[in-house]
Amino acid sequence: MARIAGRAWKFGDDVDTDVIIPARYLYTHDPGVLAAHCLEVADPRFPAGVRPGDVVVAGRNFGCGSSREHAPRALQACGVAAVVAASFARIFFRNAVNLGLLLVESPEAVERVQPGEYIEIDGEKGLLRLSSGETIPVRFPEGAAAEVQQAGGLVEYVRSRLAARAVPAPGAGAEGTIQGE
Amino acid sequence: MAHAMTAAEKILAAHAGRKQVVPGETVWARVDWCLANDITAPLAIEQMRAMGCDRVFDPARVILVPDHFVPAKDIASAAQARVMREFAREQGIVHYYEVGRMGIEHALLPELGILRPGDLLVGADSHTCTCGALGVFATGVGSTDLACAMALGELWFRVPATVRVEFRGRLPGWVGGKDLALFLISQLGTEGANYLALEFTGEAIAQLPLDGRLTLSNMAVEAGAKAGLVPVGPWQSDEEAPVAARYTWEVSHLEPQVACPYSPAQVVPVREVAGTPVDQVVIGSCTNGRLSDLAVAARILAGRKVHPQVRLIVIPATQDVYRRALEAGFIATFLEAGAAVSTPTCGPCLGGYMGVLAEGEVCLATTNRNFRGRMGHPESRVYLAGPAVAAATAVAGCIAHPEEVIGGGPHRG
Repeated sequence: MARIAGRAWKFGDDVDTDVIIPARYLYTHDPGVLAAHCLEVADPRFPAGVRPGDVVVAGRNFGCGSSREHAPRALQACGVAAVVAASFARIFFRNAVNLGLLLVESPEAVERVQPGEYIEIDGEKGLLRLSSGETIPVRFPEGAAAEVQQAGGLVEYVRSRLAARAVPAPGAGAEGTIQGE
Repeated sequence: MAHAMTAAEKILAAHAGRKQVVPGETVWARVDWCLANDITAPLAIEQMRAMGCDRVFDPARVILVPDHFVPAKDIASAAQARVMREFAREQGIVHYYEVGRMGIEHALLPELGILRPGDLLVGADSHTCTCGALGVFATGVGSTDLACAMALGELWFRVPATVRVEFRGRLPGWVGGKDLALFLISQLGTEGANYLALEFTGEAIAQLPLDGRLTLSNMAVEAGAKAGLVPVGPWQSDEEAPVAARYTWEVSHLEPQVACPYSPAQVVPVREVAGTPVDQVVIGSCTNGRLSDLAVAARILAGRKVHPQVRLIVIPATQDVYRRALEAGFIATFLEAGAAVSTPTCGPCLGGYMGVLAEGEVCLATTNRNFRGRMGHPESRVYLAGPAVAAATAVAGCIAHPEEVIGGGPHRG
Protein backbone atom coordinates (compact mmCIF):
# COMPACT_ATOMS: atom_id res chain seq x y z
CA MET A 1 0.00 0.00 0.00
CA ALA A 2 1.18 3.44 -0.84
CA ARG A 3 2.95 5.82 1.51
CA ILE A 4 1.18 9.14 1.70
CA ALA A 5 2.49 12.45 2.95
CA GLY A 6 0.64 15.74 2.81
CA ARG A 7 -1.09 18.54 4.63
CA ALA A 8 -4.30 17.90 6.56
CA TRP A 9 -7.53 19.74 5.74
CA LYS A 10 -9.86 19.37 8.70
CA PHE A 11 -13.64 19.15 8.62
CA GLY A 12 -16.34 18.22 11.14
CA ASP A 13 -18.92 15.45 11.44
CA ASP A 14 -21.52 14.53 8.80
CA VAL A 15 -19.72 16.01 5.78
CA ASP A 16 -22.35 15.03 3.22
CA THR A 17 -21.89 14.44 -0.49
CA ASP A 18 -23.85 17.61 -1.32
CA VAL A 19 -21.16 19.52 0.53
CA ILE A 20 -18.34 17.54 -1.12
CA ILE A 21 -19.77 18.33 -4.55
CA PRO A 22 -23.14 20.14 -4.87
CA ALA A 23 -25.67 18.65 -7.30
CA ARG A 24 -25.65 21.80 -9.41
CA TYR A 25 -22.31 20.62 -10.81
CA LEU A 26 -23.51 17.11 -11.62
CA TYR A 27 -24.26 17.99 -15.21
CA THR A 28 -20.82 16.55 -15.85
CA HIS A 29 -18.18 14.29 -14.32
CA ASP A 30 -15.34 16.26 -15.87
CA PRO A 31 -12.52 16.18 -13.26
CA GLY A 32 -11.73 19.87 -13.78
CA VAL A 33 -15.27 20.98 -12.94
CA LEU A 34 -15.54 18.63 -9.95
CA ALA A 35 -12.17 19.76 -8.58
CA ALA A 36 -13.06 23.44 -8.95
CA HIS A 37 -16.02 23.07 -6.56
CA CYS A 38 -14.99 20.25 -4.25
CA LEU A 39 -15.82 21.04 -0.59
CA GLU A 40 -16.27 24.74 -1.41
CA VAL A 41 -19.44 24.85 0.70
CA ALA A 42 -17.54 23.67 3.79
CA ASP A 43 -14.35 25.65 3.16
CA PRO A 44 -14.24 28.14 0.27
CA ARG A 45 -10.40 28.08 0.36
CA PHE A 46 -10.23 24.36 -0.31
CA PRO A 47 -10.54 24.04 -4.12
CA ALA A 48 -7.82 26.62 -4.81
CA GLY A 49 -5.64 25.74 -1.82
CA VAL A 50 -5.55 21.96 -1.91
CA ARG A 51 -2.37 20.42 -3.31
CA PRO A 52 -1.77 16.93 -4.71
CA GLY A 53 -0.99 14.56 -1.85
CA ASP A 54 -3.01 16.47 0.74
CA VAL A 55 -5.25 14.56 3.12
CA VAL A 56 -8.85 15.30 4.14
CA VAL A 57 -9.40 14.68 7.85
CA ALA A 58 -12.99 14.66 9.08
CA GLY A 59 -15.25 13.46 11.88
CA ARG A 60 -18.01 10.88 11.90
CA ASN A 61 -20.20 9.76 8.99
CA PHE A 62 -18.05 11.27 6.24
CA GLY A 63 -19.78 11.09 2.84
CA CYS A 64 -23.35 10.64 4.07
CA GLY A 65 -26.29 11.40 1.81
CA SER A 66 -26.44 10.98 -1.93
CA SER A 67 -24.86 7.99 -3.70
CA ARG A 68 -23.12 10.29 -6.18
CA GLU A 69 -19.77 8.82 -7.12
CA HIS A 70 -18.85 12.33 -8.15
CA ALA A 71 -17.92 12.91 -4.48
CA PRO A 72 -14.87 10.61 -4.27
CA ARG A 73 -14.08 11.55 -7.88
CA ALA A 74 -14.02 15.23 -6.92
CA LEU A 75 -11.61 14.51 -4.06
CA GLN A 76 -9.39 12.51 -6.41
CA ALA A 77 -9.58 15.25 -9.02
CA CYS A 78 -8.21 17.66 -6.41
CA GLY A 79 -5.29 15.34 -5.79
CA VAL A 80 -6.51 14.30 -2.33
CA ALA A 81 -4.45 11.21 -1.49
CA ALA A 82 -6.54 9.86 1.37
CA VAL A 83 -9.47 10.61 3.63
CA VAL A 84 -9.01 10.04 7.36
CA ALA A 85 -12.31 10.01 9.24
CA ALA A 86 -13.79 8.83 12.51
CA SER A 87 -16.25 6.82 10.40
CA PHE A 88 -17.56 6.66 6.83
CA ALA A 89 -21.09 6.50 5.46
CA ARG A 90 -21.82 3.24 3.67
CA ILE A 91 -22.21 4.22 0.02
CA PHE A 92 -19.32 6.68 0.06
CA PHE A 93 -17.14 3.92 1.52
CA ARG A 94 -18.01 1.56 -1.35
CA ASN A 95 -17.53 4.25 -3.97
CA ALA A 96 -14.12 5.27 -2.65
CA VAL A 97 -12.94 1.68 -2.45
CA ASN A 98 -14.22 1.00 -5.96
CA LEU A 99 -12.33 4.03 -7.30
CA GLY A 100 -9.13 3.33 -5.37
CA LEU A 101 -9.30 6.34 -3.03
CA LEU A 102 -7.55 5.43 0.24
CA LEU A 103 -9.75 5.58 3.33
CA VAL A 104 -8.42 5.50 6.87
CA GLU A 105 -10.72 5.07 9.83
CA SER A 106 -9.36 6.43 13.09
CA PRO A 107 -11.28 8.57 15.60
CA GLU A 108 -8.05 9.06 17.53
CA ALA A 109 -6.12 10.40 14.55
CA VAL A 110 -8.98 12.73 13.71
CA GLU A 111 -8.88 14.13 17.20
CA ARG A 112 -5.12 14.62 17.22
CA VAL A 113 -4.40 15.99 13.74
CA GLN A 114 -4.34 19.80 13.57
CA PRO A 115 -5.56 21.78 10.56
CA GLY A 116 -2.75 22.31 8.08
CA GLU A 117 -0.50 19.80 9.86
CA TYR A 118 1.85 17.74 7.70
CA ILE A 119 1.04 14.06 8.25
CA GLU A 120 2.19 10.74 6.84
CA ILE A 121 0.22 7.55 6.34
CA ASP A 122 2.20 4.34 6.21
CA GLY A 123 0.06 1.66 4.61
CA GLU A 124 2.63 -1.09 5.21
CA LYS A 125 2.80 -0.55 8.95
CA GLY A 126 -0.79 0.67 9.39
CA LEU A 127 0.37 3.90 10.98
CA LEU A 128 -0.42 7.59 10.77
CA ARG A 129 2.52 9.80 11.71
CA LEU A 130 1.92 13.27 13.14
CA SER A 131 4.34 16.14 12.43
CA SER A 132 5.76 15.62 15.93
CA GLY A 133 6.89 12.18 14.80
CA GLU A 134 4.39 10.45 17.06
CA THR A 135 2.53 7.54 15.42
CA ILE A 136 -1.07 6.38 15.72
CA PRO A 137 -2.16 2.89 14.60
CA VAL A 138 -4.95 3.15 12.01
CA ARG A 139 -7.29 0.73 10.20
CA PHE A 140 -7.64 0.27 6.47
CA PRO A 141 -10.45 -1.49 4.57
CA GLU A 142 -10.25 -5.26 4.93
CA GLY A 143 -11.67 -8.35 3.24
CA ALA A 144 -13.45 -7.93 -0.08
CA ALA A 145 -13.01 -4.17 0.11
CA ALA A 146 -9.24 -4.64 0.42
CA GLU A 147 -9.23 -7.08 -2.49
CA VAL A 148 -11.05 -4.61 -4.69
CA GLN A 149 -8.69 -1.86 -3.60
CA GLN A 150 -5.62 -4.02 -4.20
CA ALA A 151 -6.88 -4.90 -7.67
CA GLY A 152 -6.72 -1.17 -8.40
CA GLY A 153 -10.45 -0.62 -8.04
CA LEU A 154 -13.65 -2.36 -9.10
CA VAL A 155 -13.17 -1.71 -12.82
CA GLU A 156 -9.89 -3.64 -12.85
CA TYR A 157 -11.36 -6.27 -10.56
CA VAL A 158 -14.35 -6.97 -12.83
CA ARG A 159 -12.19 -6.72 -15.93
CA SER A 160 -9.97 -9.55 -14.66
CA ARG A 161 -12.98 -11.54 -13.52
CA LEU A 162 -14.61 -11.23 -16.94
CA ALA A 163 -11.32 -12.24 -18.54
CA ALA A 164 -11.02 -15.30 -16.34
CA ARG A 165 -14.80 -15.91 -16.50
CA ALA A 166 -15.05 -18.65 -13.89
CA VAL A 167 -12.97 -17.25 -11.06
CA PRO A 168 -14.72 -17.92 -7.72
CA ALA A 169 -15.85 -14.90 -5.82
CA PRO A 170 -13.12 -13.82 -3.40
CA GLY A 171 -14.11 -12.78 0.07
CA ALA A 172 -17.28 -14.90 -0.04
CA GLY A 173 -17.65 -16.85 3.17
CA ALA A 174 -15.12 -14.89 5.17
CA GLU A 175 -16.95 -13.78 8.26
CA GLY A 176 -16.54 -10.46 9.95
CA THR A 177 -13.55 -9.30 7.96
CA ILE A 178 -14.99 -6.36 6.14
CA GLN A 179 -15.11 -3.12 8.01
CA GLY A 180 -17.07 -1.10 5.57
CA GLU A 181 -20.22 -1.90 3.61
CA MET B 1 -32.70 -27.20 12.10
CA ALA B 2 -32.39 -24.12 9.95
CA HIS B 3 -30.57 -21.15 11.42
CA ALA B 4 -32.95 -18.32 12.30
CA MET B 5 -32.55 -15.37 9.94
CA THR B 6 -33.97 -11.91 9.45
CA ALA B 7 -35.85 -10.97 6.28
CA ALA B 8 -32.77 -9.15 4.95
CA GLU B 9 -30.55 -12.19 5.60
CA LYS B 10 -33.04 -14.54 3.93
CA ILE B 11 -33.16 -12.43 0.78
CA LEU B 12 -29.38 -12.11 0.55
CA ALA B 13 -28.89 -15.84 1.25
CA ALA B 14 -31.34 -16.75 -1.50
CA HIS B 15 -29.47 -14.55 -3.98
CA ALA B 16 -26.06 -15.82 -2.91
CA GLY B 17 -27.12 -19.42 -3.41
CA ARG B 18 -26.64 -20.11 0.28
CA LYS B 19 -28.75 -21.79 2.98
CA GLN B 20 -27.79 -19.08 5.40
CA VAL B 21 -25.76 -15.94 5.76
CA VAL B 22 -24.51 -14.19 8.89
CA PRO B 23 -24.22 -10.43 9.48
CA GLY B 24 -20.72 -9.21 8.75
CA GLU B 25 -19.81 -11.75 6.12
CA THR B 26 -19.30 -10.79 2.51
CA VAL B 27 -21.24 -12.52 -0.24
CA TRP B 28 -21.48 -12.18 -3.97
CA ALA B 29 -25.17 -12.12 -4.74
CA ARG B 30 -27.22 -12.27 -7.92
CA VAL B 31 -29.16 -9.04 -8.46
CA ASP B 32 -32.69 -9.05 -9.88
CA TRP B 33 -32.77 -5.40 -10.85
CA CYS B 34 -30.30 -2.61 -11.65
CA LEU B 35 -31.53 0.99 -11.53
CA ALA B 36 -29.91 4.24 -12.65
CA ASN B 37 -30.88 7.80 -13.56
CA ASP B 38 -29.67 10.56 -15.87
CA ILE B 39 -26.91 11.63 -13.44
CA THR B 40 -25.58 8.24 -12.37
CA ALA B 41 -26.13 6.17 -15.54
CA PRO B 42 -23.63 7.99 -17.79
CA LEU B 43 -20.83 7.24 -15.30
CA ALA B 44 -22.00 3.64 -14.89
CA ILE B 45 -22.06 3.16 -18.65
CA GLU B 46 -18.55 4.54 -18.95
CA GLN B 47 -17.34 2.24 -16.17
CA MET B 48 -19.08 -0.82 -17.62
CA ARG B 49 -17.27 -0.25 -20.90
CA ALA B 50 -13.99 0.26 -19.06
CA MET B 51 -14.57 -3.16 -17.48
CA GLY B 52 -14.41 -4.59 -20.97
CA CYS B 53 -18.13 -5.35 -21.09
CA ASP B 54 -20.31 -4.20 -23.98
CA ARG B 55 -23.62 -5.93 -23.13
CA VAL B 56 -25.65 -5.69 -19.92
CA PHE B 57 -26.27 -9.09 -18.28
CA ASP B 58 -30.01 -8.88 -19.04
CA PRO B 59 -31.72 -5.97 -20.85
CA ALA B 60 -35.01 -6.84 -19.12
CA ARG B 61 -33.44 -6.42 -15.67
CA VAL B 62 -31.93 -2.96 -16.08
CA ILE B 63 -34.21 0.01 -15.33
CA LEU B 64 -33.15 3.42 -16.62
CA VAL B 65 -35.16 6.49 -15.66
CA PRO B 66 -34.26 10.06 -16.57
CA ASP B 67 -35.64 12.10 -13.66
CA HIS B 68 -33.05 14.35 -12.04
CA PHE B 69 -32.36 17.08 -14.59
CA VAL B 70 -35.10 16.35 -17.14
CA PRO B 71 -36.87 17.72 -19.06
CA ALA B 72 -33.32 18.85 -19.67
CA LYS B 73 -32.47 21.99 -17.70
CA ASP B 74 -29.46 22.94 -19.81
CA ILE B 75 -27.29 21.71 -22.65
CA ALA B 76 -24.94 19.64 -20.50
CA SER B 77 -27.85 17.91 -18.79
CA ALA B 78 -29.41 17.21 -22.18
CA ALA B 79 -26.17 15.56 -23.24
CA GLN B 80 -26.12 13.38 -20.11
CA ALA B 81 -29.72 12.30 -20.67
CA ARG B 82 -28.84 11.49 -24.28
CA VAL B 83 -25.99 9.20 -23.19
CA MET B 84 -28.48 7.14 -21.18
CA ARG B 85 -31.15 7.22 -23.91
CA GLU B 86 -28.75 6.03 -26.60
CA PHE B 87 -27.41 3.31 -24.32
CA ALA B 88 -30.98 2.14 -23.64
CA ARG B 89 -31.65 1.87 -27.38
CA GLU B 90 -28.36 0.19 -28.14
CA GLN B 91 -28.79 -2.39 -25.37
CA GLY B 92 -32.51 -2.96 -25.93
CA ILE B 93 -33.30 -1.93 -22.35
CA VAL B 94 -36.93 -2.91 -21.71
CA HIS B 95 -37.54 -0.58 -18.78
CA TYR B 96 -36.51 2.83 -20.07
CA TYR B 97 -39.05 5.58 -19.41
CA GLU B 98 -38.92 8.77 -21.42
CA VAL B 99 -40.07 12.25 -20.41
CA GLY B 100 -43.86 12.28 -20.63
CA ARG B 101 -44.07 8.62 -19.65
CA MET B 102 -41.72 8.63 -16.68
CA GLY B 103 -41.73 9.45 -13.03
CA ILE B 104 -39.23 9.93 -10.25
CA GLU B 105 -37.56 6.52 -10.26
CA HIS B 106 -38.48 5.45 -6.72
CA ALA B 107 -42.11 6.47 -7.21
CA LEU B 108 -42.26 4.93 -10.67
CA LEU B 109 -40.88 1.50 -9.71
CA PRO B 110 -43.73 0.47 -7.40
CA GLU B 111 -46.24 1.56 -10.08
CA LEU B 112 -44.66 -0.68 -12.70
CA GLY B 113 -45.61 -3.80 -10.76
CA ILE B 114 -42.46 -5.66 -11.78
CA LEU B 115 -40.77 -5.91 -8.37
CA ARG B 116 -41.64 -8.87 -6.17
CA PRO B 117 -41.16 -9.37 -2.44
CA GLY B 118 -37.83 -11.05 -1.86
CA ASP B 119 -36.21 -9.43 -4.93
CA LEU B 120 -32.77 -7.84 -4.75
CA LEU B 121 -32.57 -4.35 -6.30
CA VAL B 122 -29.47 -2.19 -6.54
CA GLY B 123 -29.79 1.38 -7.71
CA ALA B 124 -27.28 4.12 -8.39
CA ASP B 125 -29.27 6.48 -6.22
CA SER B 126 -29.26 6.54 -2.44
CA HIS B 127 -33.07 6.54 -2.20
CA THR B 128 -33.26 3.14 -3.87
CA CYS B 129 -34.12 1.93 -0.35
CA THR B 130 -37.68 3.21 -1.01
CA CYS B 131 -38.76 -0.14 -2.46
CA GLY B 132 -37.96 -1.82 0.84
CA ALA B 133 -41.61 -1.03 1.55
CA LEU B 134 -42.50 -3.70 -1.03
CA GLY B 135 -40.47 -6.36 0.79
CA VAL B 136 -37.63 -5.91 -1.70
CA PHE B 137 -34.03 -5.77 -0.47
CA ALA B 138 -33.37 -2.46 -2.22
CA THR B 139 -30.15 -0.58 -1.68
CA GLY B 140 -28.31 2.41 -3.07
CA VAL B 141 -24.85 2.06 -4.60
CA GLY B 142 -22.51 4.17 -6.71
CA SER B 143 -22.10 4.16 -10.46
CA THR B 144 -19.12 1.78 -10.52
CA ASP B 145 -20.98 -0.73 -8.34
CA LEU B 146 -23.90 -0.44 -10.73
CA ALA B 147 -21.58 -0.99 -13.68
CA CYS B 148 -20.41 -4.22 -12.03
CA ALA B 149 -24.02 -5.32 -11.46
CA MET B 150 -24.98 -4.49 -15.07
CA ALA B 151 -21.96 -6.38 -16.37
CA LEU B 152 -22.05 -9.49 -14.17
CA GLY B 153 -25.62 -9.59 -12.83
CA GLU B 154 -23.89 -9.87 -9.44
CA LEU B 155 -22.43 -7.60 -6.80
CA TRP B 156 -20.68 -8.04 -3.46
CA PHE B 157 -22.54 -7.27 -0.28
CA ARG B 158 -21.64 -7.24 3.34
CA VAL B 159 -24.61 -8.86 5.07
CA PRO B 160 -26.09 -6.18 7.34
CA ALA B 161 -27.32 -6.84 10.84
CA THR B 162 -30.97 -5.88 11.27
CA VAL B 163 -32.53 -3.28 13.55
CA ARG B 164 -36.20 -4.01 14.24
CA VAL B 165 -38.34 -0.92 14.70
CA GLU B 166 -41.85 -1.35 16.03
CA PHE B 167 -44.32 1.53 15.82
CA ARG B 168 -47.20 0.88 18.22
CA GLY B 169 -50.61 2.49 18.15
CA ARG B 170 -52.58 4.33 15.48
CA LEU B 171 -51.32 7.52 13.90
CA PRO B 172 -53.34 10.64 14.70
CA GLY B 173 -54.76 12.94 12.02
CA TRP B 174 -52.35 14.92 9.81
CA VAL B 175 -49.56 12.51 10.76
CA GLY B 176 -48.17 10.08 8.19
CA GLY B 177 -45.16 8.17 6.92
CA LYS B 178 -43.01 11.31 6.73
CA ASP B 179 -43.58 12.09 10.39
CA LEU B 180 -42.61 8.53 11.34
CA ALA B 181 -39.50 8.83 9.17
CA LEU B 182 -38.40 12.15 10.67
CA PHE B 183 -39.14 10.95 14.20
CA LEU B 184 -37.10 7.79 13.57
CA ILE B 185 -34.11 9.70 12.18
CA SER B 186 -34.21 12.08 15.12
CA GLN B 187 -34.01 9.07 17.44
CA LEU B 188 -31.32 7.12 15.57
CA GLY B 189 -29.26 10.06 14.27
CA THR B 190 -27.86 10.38 10.77
CA GLU B 191 -25.40 7.55 11.38
CA GLY B 192 -27.46 5.39 13.72
CA ALA B 193 -28.27 2.74 11.13
CA ASN B 194 -25.04 2.90 9.12
CA TYR B 195 -24.29 -0.51 7.54
CA LEU B 196 -27.55 -1.85 9.02
CA ALA B 197 -30.91 -2.95 7.64
CA LEU B 198 -33.93 -1.34 9.27
CA GLU B 199 -37.07 -3.42 9.52
CA PHE B 200 -40.42 -1.76 10.24
CA THR B 201 -43.23 -3.53 12.10
CA GLY B 202 -46.14 -2.77 14.40
CA GLU B 203 -49.73 -1.66 14.26
CA ALA B 204 -48.94 1.80 12.88
CA ILE B 205 -47.12 0.17 9.94
CA ALA B 206 -49.95 -2.33 9.37
CA GLN B 207 -52.40 0.60 9.28
CA LEU B 208 -50.18 2.80 7.13
CA PRO B 209 -51.17 2.83 3.44
CA LEU B 210 -48.47 1.71 0.98
CA ASP B 211 -47.68 5.33 0.02
CA GLY B 212 -46.78 6.09 3.62
CA ARG B 213 -44.65 2.98 3.93
CA LEU B 214 -42.75 3.97 0.81
CA THR B 215 -42.11 7.38 2.41
CA LEU B 216 -40.77 5.74 5.56
CA SER B 217 -38.52 3.29 3.71
CA ASN B 218 -37.38 6.13 1.43
CA MET B 219 -35.76 7.97 4.32
CA ALA B 220 -34.06 4.93 5.88
CA VAL B 221 -30.85 6.10 4.19
CA GLU B 222 -31.03 9.39 6.11
CA ALA B 223 -30.19 7.31 9.20
CA GLY B 224 -27.42 5.66 7.19
CA ALA B 225 -29.34 2.41 6.63
CA LYS B 226 -28.51 0.05 3.81
CA ALA B 227 -32.16 -1.00 3.54
CA GLY B 228 -35.52 -0.10 5.07
CA LEU B 229 -37.66 -3.20 4.88
CA VAL B 230 -41.32 -3.84 5.49
CA PRO B 231 -41.29 -7.64 5.22
CA VAL B 232 -43.91 -9.02 2.84
CA GLY B 233 -45.23 -12.55 2.21
CA PRO B 234 -42.86 -15.42 2.98
CA TRP B 235 -39.91 -13.07 3.50
CA GLN B 236 -40.45 -12.50 7.22
CA SER B 237 -37.84 -12.39 9.94
CA ASP B 238 -37.76 -15.44 12.20
CA GLU B 239 -38.80 -14.34 15.68
CA GLU B 240 -35.66 -15.83 17.21
CA ALA B 241 -33.31 -14.33 14.61
CA PRO B 242 -30.58 -12.26 16.31
CA VAL B 243 -30.86 -8.53 15.67
CA ALA B 244 -28.51 -5.63 16.36
CA ALA B 245 -31.18 -3.70 18.24
CA ARG B 246 -34.91 -3.44 18.83
CA TYR B 247 -36.78 -0.20 19.26
CA THR B 248 -40.42 0.22 20.17
CA TRP B 249 -42.18 3.54 19.97
CA GLU B 250 -45.78 4.40 20.77
CA VAL B 251 -46.89 6.86 18.10
CA SER B 252 -50.61 7.43 18.87
CA HIS B 253 -49.82 10.95 20.02
CA LEU B 254 -47.05 11.81 17.55
CA GLU B 255 -47.27 15.43 16.39
CA PRO B 256 -46.40 16.42 12.83
CA GLN B 257 -42.60 16.55 12.69
CA VAL B 258 -40.28 19.11 11.08
CA ALA B 259 -36.55 18.71 10.36
CA CYS B 260 -34.64 21.97 10.71
CA PRO B 261 -31.54 23.09 8.80
CA TYR B 262 -29.11 21.55 8.14
CA SER B 263 -29.83 17.96 9.11
CA PRO B 264 -32.73 15.54 8.64
CA ALA B 265 -32.05 14.46 12.25
CA GLN B 266 -32.57 18.00 13.61
CA VAL B 267 -36.25 17.28 14.23
CA VAL B 268 -38.85 19.05 16.37
CA PRO B 269 -42.65 18.89 16.65
CA VAL B 270 -44.15 21.44 14.25
CA ARG B 271 -45.36 23.72 17.06
CA GLU B 272 -41.77 24.45 18.09
CA VAL B 273 -40.99 26.10 14.75
CA ALA B 274 -44.48 27.37 13.93
CA GLY B 275 -44.39 30.99 12.77
CA THR B 276 -41.06 30.72 10.91
CA PRO B 277 -41.61 32.69 7.66
CA VAL B 278 -40.90 30.87 4.40
CA ASP B 279 -40.33 32.02 0.83
CA GLN B 280 -41.10 28.75 -0.89
CA VAL B 281 -42.90 25.46 -0.31
CA VAL B 282 -42.22 22.34 -2.38
CA ILE B 283 -44.61 19.39 -2.38
CA GLY B 284 -43.25 16.42 -4.32
CA SER B 285 -40.13 14.21 -4.64
CA CYS B 286 -39.56 10.47 -4.24
CA THR B 287 -40.43 10.97 -0.59
CA ASN B 288 -43.83 12.68 -0.81
CA GLY B 289 -44.97 13.11 -4.41
CA ARG B 290 -47.48 10.26 -4.52
CA LEU B 291 -51.24 10.57 -4.92
CA SER B 292 -52.09 10.35 -1.22
CA ASP B 293 -49.57 13.15 -0.53
CA LEU B 294 -51.27 15.37 -3.11
CA ALA B 295 -54.68 14.39 -1.66
CA VAL B 296 -53.63 15.62 1.79
CA ALA B 297 -52.29 18.86 0.33
CA ALA B 298 -55.44 19.40 -1.76
CA ARG B 299 -57.64 18.92 1.30
CA ILE B 300 -55.90 21.82 3.02
CA LEU B 301 -55.57 24.04 -0.06
CA ALA B 302 -59.18 23.63 -1.24
CA GLY B 303 -60.88 27.02 -1.11
CA ARG B 304 -57.73 28.69 0.22
CA LYS B 305 -54.96 30.74 -1.35
CA VAL B 306 -51.19 30.44 -1.19
CA HIS B 307 -49.84 33.29 0.93
CA PRO B 308 -48.89 36.29 -1.28
CA GLN B 309 -45.23 36.12 -0.22
CA VAL B 310 -44.88 32.39 -0.83
CA ARG B 311 -44.21 30.34 -3.97
CA LEU B 312 -45.82 26.91 -3.82
CA ILE B 313 -44.41 24.34 -6.24
CA VAL B 314 -46.26 21.04 -6.57
CA ILE B 315 -44.59 18.19 -8.42
CA PRO B 316 -46.53 14.96 -8.93
CA ALA B 317 -43.91 12.21 -8.73
CA THR B 318 -45.04 10.29 -11.81
CA GLN B 319 -47.17 10.76 -14.90
CA ASP B 320 -49.73 8.39 -13.42
CA VAL B 321 -49.90 10.37 -10.18
CA TYR B 322 -50.31 13.53 -12.29
CA ARG B 323 -53.14 12.01 -14.32
CA ARG B 324 -54.97 10.70 -11.30
CA ALA B 325 -54.50 13.99 -9.43
CA LEU B 326 -56.00 15.73 -12.44
CA GLU B 327 -59.00 13.39 -12.49
CA ALA B 328 -59.51 13.81 -8.74
CA GLY B 329 -59.55 17.60 -9.10
CA PHE B 330 -56.38 18.12 -7.03
CA ILE B 331 -54.53 19.88 -9.83
CA ALA B 332 -57.40 22.36 -10.26
CA THR B 333 -57.30 22.97 -6.50
CA PHE B 334 -53.58 23.70 -6.65
CA LEU B 335 -53.94 26.07 -9.59
CA GLU B 336 -56.84 27.91 -7.98
CA ALA B 337 -54.79 28.27 -4.80
CA GLY B 338 -51.99 29.90 -6.80
CA ALA B 339 -49.49 27.07 -6.99
CA ALA B 340 -47.13 26.15 -9.81
CA VAL B 341 -47.57 22.55 -10.94
CA SER B 342 -44.66 20.84 -12.67
CA THR B 343 -44.09 17.73 -14.73
CA PRO B 344 -42.41 14.95 -12.66
CA THR B 345 -38.77 15.71 -11.81
CA CYS B 346 -36.35 15.53 -8.86
CA GLY B 347 -35.50 19.16 -9.79
CA PRO B 348 -35.62 21.31 -6.64
CA CYS B 349 -34.93 18.55 -4.10
CA LEU B 350 -31.25 18.48 -5.02
CA GLY B 351 -31.01 22.11 -6.10
CA GLY B 352 -31.07 21.15 -9.76
CA TYR B 353 -33.78 23.41 -11.13
CA MET B 354 -37.52 24.15 -10.83
CA GLY B 355 -37.20 25.94 -7.52
CA VAL B 356 -33.55 26.65 -6.66
CA LEU B 357 -33.17 28.98 -3.66
CA ALA B 358 -31.38 32.34 -3.53
CA GLU B 359 -29.09 33.43 -0.70
CA GLY B 360 -30.99 33.71 2.56
CA GLU B 361 -34.21 32.17 1.27
CA VAL B 362 -36.18 29.70 3.33
CA CYS B 363 -38.10 26.73 1.98
CA LEU B 364 -40.26 24.11 3.61
CA ALA B 365 -40.26 20.97 1.48
CA THR B 366 -41.64 17.47 1.57
CA THR B 367 -38.27 16.28 0.21
CA ASN B 368 -35.70 14.20 2.09
CA ARG B 369 -32.55 16.27 2.67
CA ASN B 370 -31.86 19.71 4.06
CA PHE B 371 -28.06 19.71 4.00
CA ARG B 372 -26.33 23.05 3.55
CA GLY B 373 -26.77 24.20 -0.04
CA ARG B 374 -28.90 21.19 -0.96
CA MET B 375 -31.63 23.25 -2.65
CA GLY B 376 -29.49 26.12 -3.84
CA HIS B 377 -27.37 28.82 -2.23
CA PRO B 378 -25.28 27.63 0.74
CA GLU B 379 -26.94 30.33 2.83
CA SER B 380 -30.47 29.21 2.00
CA ARG B 381 -32.36 27.06 4.50
CA VAL B 382 -34.64 24.06 4.04
CA TYR B 383 -37.11 22.61 6.54
CA LEU B 384 -38.48 19.13 5.89
CA ALA B 385 -42.03 18.02 6.68
CA GLY B 386 -44.96 16.01 5.39
CA PRO B 387 -47.52 17.26 2.86
CA ALA B 388 -50.04 18.42 5.50
CA VAL B 389 -47.58 20.79 7.18
CA ALA B 390 -46.30 21.87 3.75
CA ALA B 391 -49.76 22.82 2.47
CA ALA B 392 -50.62 24.57 5.73
CA THR B 393 -47.34 26.47 5.59
CA ALA B 394 -47.99 27.59 2.02
CA VAL B 395 -51.32 29.10 3.11
CA ALA B 396 -50.07 30.64 6.36
CA GLY B 397 -46.83 31.99 4.88
CA CYS B 398 -44.99 30.60 7.87
CA ILE B 399 -44.50 27.12 9.24
CA ALA B 400 -47.89 26.05 10.56
CA HIS B 401 -49.73 23.08 12.01
CA PRO B 402 -52.49 21.99 9.61
CA GLU B 403 -55.10 22.47 12.34
CA GLU B 404 -54.17 26.13 12.66
CA VAL B 405 -54.93 26.70 8.99
CA ILE B 406 -58.05 24.57 8.86
CA GLY B 407 -59.27 26.38 11.95
CA GLY B 408 -58.26 29.80 10.61
CA GLY B 409 -55.45 30.25 13.15
CA PRO B 410 -52.22 32.28 13.03
CA HIS B 411 -51.32 33.82 9.73
CA ARG B 412 -48.25 35.75 8.62
CA GLY B 413 -49.12 39.39 8.05
